[in-house]
Amino acid sequence: MTVLTAPAAPAAPAAAGTRRRLHPILLSGIILMSLLILVAIIAPIFLSDAAEKLTSDTRLGPSAQHPLGTDEFGRDLLARALVATRLTLILTAFASAMSVLIGVAIGTAVWIAPVRVRKFVLSINAVAVAFPSLVLALVIAAILGAGAWTAAVAIGLAGIPAFVRLTANMAAPVMGRDYVTTARLLRVPKALVVVRHVIPNIGEPLLVLSASNFAVTLVELSGLSFIGLGTQSPDFDFGKLLNDGLASIYAQPTQILGPSIMLVLTGLAAMLIGDGLAASSNPRTRRGAGKATRTGTLRRSTLKTATPIAPAMEGAAVSVRNLTIQSASGLKLVTDLSFDVAGGEIVGLVGESGSGKSLTAMALAGLVPEGVIATADRLDVVGHDMLGTVTAGSLARDIALVYQDPISTFNPALRLDTQLTEIARSHLGLSKKAARTALAERFEQLRITNPERRGRQHPHELSGGMLQRAMIASSLLAKAKLLVADEPTTALDVTVQAEVLKQFVQASRDLNASVLFISHDLGVVEALCDRVLVMYRGQIVEELTREQLRSRTVEHPYTKTLLKAAEYVEGVR
Amino acid sequence: MLDRIRSPWLSFLLSKAGELLLALCVLVLLTFLLVQLVPGDPARVAAGVDASVADVEAVRIRLGLDQPVLAQLWSYVTGLLSGDFGTSFRTGQDVSTIIGVRLPFTVSIAFLAIGVTLVVAIALGLTVAGLTRGNRNRWLDVSFSWLTAGFQTLPTYVVGALLVVVFSVTLGLLPAAGANSPESYVLPTIALALAPICSVSRVVRREAANVLEQDYMRTARGWRISLAKQYAVYALPNLLASTLTLSGLVLASMLGGAVIVESVFAWPGLGNGVVEAIIERDYPVIRGIILVLGLIAALLNIVIDIVLATIDPRTLRSGKASS
Repeated sequence: MTVLTAPAAPAAPAAAGTRRRLHPILLSGIILMSLLILVAIIAPIFLSDAAEKLTSDTRLGPSAQHPLGTDEFGRDLLARALVATRLTLILTAFASAMSVLIGVAIGTAVWIAPVRVRKFVLSINAVAVAFPSLVLALVIAAILGAGAWTAAVAIGLAGIPAFVRLTANMAAPVMGRDYVTTARLLRVPKALVVVRHVIPNIGEPLLVLSASNFAVTLVELSGLSFIGLGTQSPDFDFGKLLNDGLASIYAQPTQILGPSIMLVLTGLAAMLIGDGLAASSNPRTRRGAGKATRTGTLRRSTLKTATPIAPAMEGAAVSVRNLTIQSASGLKLVTDLSFDVAGGEIVGLVGESGSGKSLTAMALAGLVPEGVIATADRLDVVGHDMLGTVTAGSLARDIALVYQDPISTFNPALRLDTQLTEIARSHLGLSKKAARTALAERFEQLRITNPERRGRQHPHELSGGMLQRAMIASSLLAKAKLLVADEPTTALDVTVQAEVLKQFVQASRDLNASVLFISHDLGVVEALCDRVLVMYRGQIVEELTREQLRSRTVEHPYTKTLLKAAEYVEGVR
Repeated sequence: MLDRIRSPWLSFLLSKAGELLLALCVLVLLTFLLVQLVPGDPARVAAGVDASVADVEAVRIRLGLDQPVLAQLWSYVTGLLSGDFGTSFRTGQDVSTIIGVRLPFTVSIAFLAIGVTLVVAIALGLTVAGLTRGNRNRWLDVSFSWLTAGFQTLPTYVVGALLVVVFSVTLGLLPAAGANSPESYVLPTIALALAPICSVSRVVRREAANVLEQDYMRTARGWRISLAKQYAVYALPNLLASTLTLSGLVLASMLGGAVIVESVFAWPGLGNGVVEAIIERDYPVIRGIILVLGLIAALLNIVIDIVLATIDPRTLRSGKASS
């Protein structure tokens, strides 16, 4: 069993010593929020008069004395927007704390409770989560009546189900971890297990979610005030101010400016804190933003070499001269690779993992992956100059690829025939129906049972060996001239490997196609290939004919090591 | 053995029907309790502070509050089953009539906005993910993150108010209120869809960045088909499943946003109706509209789950699409 399905659980807490500086996004969020809190504290002390006292200066436009003008009662609009910060922040903090605390309490408590209780609570909760929280808040507002604090309670209560679900979901994988099982076997009380192990493990993502919940709560709470169910006169928060402003939008459109800006700034501060927390807990996003180099490209070498480029072998289907592949940072992964493949010849490319075999194969097919850059003096592949402009259609037909892992190579969301007949439909001009029939014939040729039905299935319904055979069938359909196989049997059971290999060779004979066969298994290569190239650290260290390999007349120490390893494995088998 | 014979779709739809039934029961109970849970004397609250004792008693009888609780629940449920939602305290109209008039306005605006959100967010997120592959176009990456974060924090009603200022008050291009013409749909739809477009396009972009690096996308590139086809045929289906799973709740919550938008644009839908009713303490109307809004939300969620199962049949097996 390979460990491919890593649990989607939150990452382990950062090890000590990796304490780093605050993430810039987090820092800007904290600064902005601190400024707003400062305004919330100071503004009501100094500006209440300007904000609340009725004067005769009604509906003034912006001026030096009243930067945003005054409302219909002669109150300064800027002062009102600033003073409203206090009530808004208090109500929002209260409501979001309510959602988070009660939600987390219930979400962890269900893991202490018996299984039946947990299932019941969570299924009721699922219904509540699906219910828009603003509508739920309307229900609560209908029960309690309109008012600032009842609105805060309503929004707070309406936010609970989301946190119950998040907490319960995040706690689930933690409850299944080995150390929790160990603790349970040691008869540590369940409640203690939850407090000691679960809460610390989900703390970080919870913090991130709480910050974004603050932003959501702010908007919903002001929304209730805005529609008239929240803060009531003479009190005012941002939503109430917007409501007043909208009433006189034709007479004084600038009135909504102050509360709008303050509301957006407050929401932005909470979002920045949330995003910053998330970014600093995810090491992947912290990689240095180095100078972006355009990667995933294939180019003619610009370096002038002293020696002239060696001519291609007579009748070569593939001719490679000085292929060099390097990473964006300049690390050479494949260095000055040169080789030829004759028409109908099967050439093996062997070497250990990381020796550059797969990169070479992908460059040959013009599919240089992101993150690396390939250059060469010549790259002629079955009549296409890969360094110049290529005709997409004929290239797709001529080069067929069989990849290592059939499960990930197939698109999980689409039926097999959609994928396997793509070339036939796009580049051979076959109709959907004709392509499907043709594919079924090839399936039959490869002795795939139920050929018609297989095409209508999704990849997850077939075994790995079956998928590889289906891939071979599609290369038959396109009448490929070159088959590139990147360890096509490595991911398969030993029992089906031989059958797939046999069909692969048969297919190449039927097509009279050249083959570049990549493998780390010398035994397989020896049985299959006419010629073998041994790769080590991005270079070809030795080239052997099949006879040389069989008689073990090898020179390079690395090849000898490979052979020894192969013999050792044979002996174990 | 029986499970093998039964089609996965049948059991999937059965479980969805069960969920809908559960949601319906919870909704009926919730709307019933809505009156019961009012602090103090619900009849007194409903009748108003300055009502006479006789008025309060009349309201008590109309609400059925003089009966035992179980009898009240029974008559409420049997009433609902026969399509009787009660009559409005304020206007004396049948609640079912009020709902019948207002429902089409809310459904049309909400579903229009959901459609716009999905189309725009998916196109935008996928395009940005494609253009920023392999760390290229850093400026686009940064400005996309900032712009979507900024517009996401803009509340629906602020967007609505600003749109009114620009397009109705200043330019005079589009109507500021009411639902009298096809043009009157433009501003409410934009106001309602803007924030969800931002949050969903961020989800799409993140998921697309992941999908585009999958082996099967390399396979598709090997087929040398146009970029548009690679994205639309091979990336999109994989994207849709995770996008719908992650943003299903955002879409359902747009129903709540619709309530707010109706208030900005004086839209004659259920949202405005329920807000008026809450302020007036018109309990039969509140009950009826909340019940309908809740039912739409539950149906919306189930439709999303069914669409998910159609796109990605693997979710059929787990029986539960959204985690």
